[in-house]
Amino acid sequence: MFFGRRWDQAGKVDEILGALRVGTDLVPVEHVAESVARFGDRYVGRVYTDHEVSCCQGTPSVMAAGLAARFAAKEATIKVLRPTGHQPDWRSIEIRRDPAGWCTLNLTDEAARMAREQGINNMAVSLTHEAGMAAAVVVAVCDGEKER
Amino acid sequence: METEIREILTEHARLPVEVASLDDDADLYQAGMTSHASVSVMLALEDAFDIEFPETMLRKSTFESVSAISTALTSLVGAPAE
Repeated sequence: MFFGRRWDQAGKVDEILGALRVGTDLVPVEHVAESVARFGDRYVGRVYTDHEVSCCQGTPSVMAAGLAARFAAKEATIKVLRPTGHQPDWRSIEIRRDPAGWCTLNLTDEAARMAREQGINNMAVSLTHEAGMAAAVVVAVCDGEKER
Repeated sequence: METEIREILTEHARLPVEVASLDDDADLYQAGMTSHASVSVMLALEDAFDIEFPETMLRKSTFESVSAISTALTSLVGAPAE
């Protein structure tokens, strides 16, 4: 068990830190609301998957807050994936909501390939929004030999 | 074309500085453009020039400066008229 190791074992901490990546991002909900109002389905369809949109139904402000949190999670994931050239399609980074309430990441296509090539074999995401801001944190566990 | 690009950047890039104060080669991300703002810029460019950016052009570098955007648009709409 990766996280079951004792943290006081010399060398293990460095090993664990070397195999972790963290990404975070912050998005003003108002910016997303304005993009939805200005570009409508073109904006939503270019950035979010059907599942993500279905999870953000409600009043315009509720929808904008949900989408903003998901955009923050996508950007946080990109920071973890560290693309050097081509940026993956926003929709290839999908935030899945478990019926019990928590969220997970589902990578497809280019994003999945980048993760695979870099030895990223486990990711976790947390979303939040409050006072007009949405934020997300993504943590990834990497194969240390592929860490760059 | 650069004039229209600058108008779109003024409206959608949410830069903390005046777009007019930036050189054509100035890095828009370093100037404060976020990834989310770059999506709005992309959609506004598509509206203004009646084009659609293909997935292969969805790189940060495509939108990193007025010059880079101009180069991308030229490749999609053809060379500007003299």
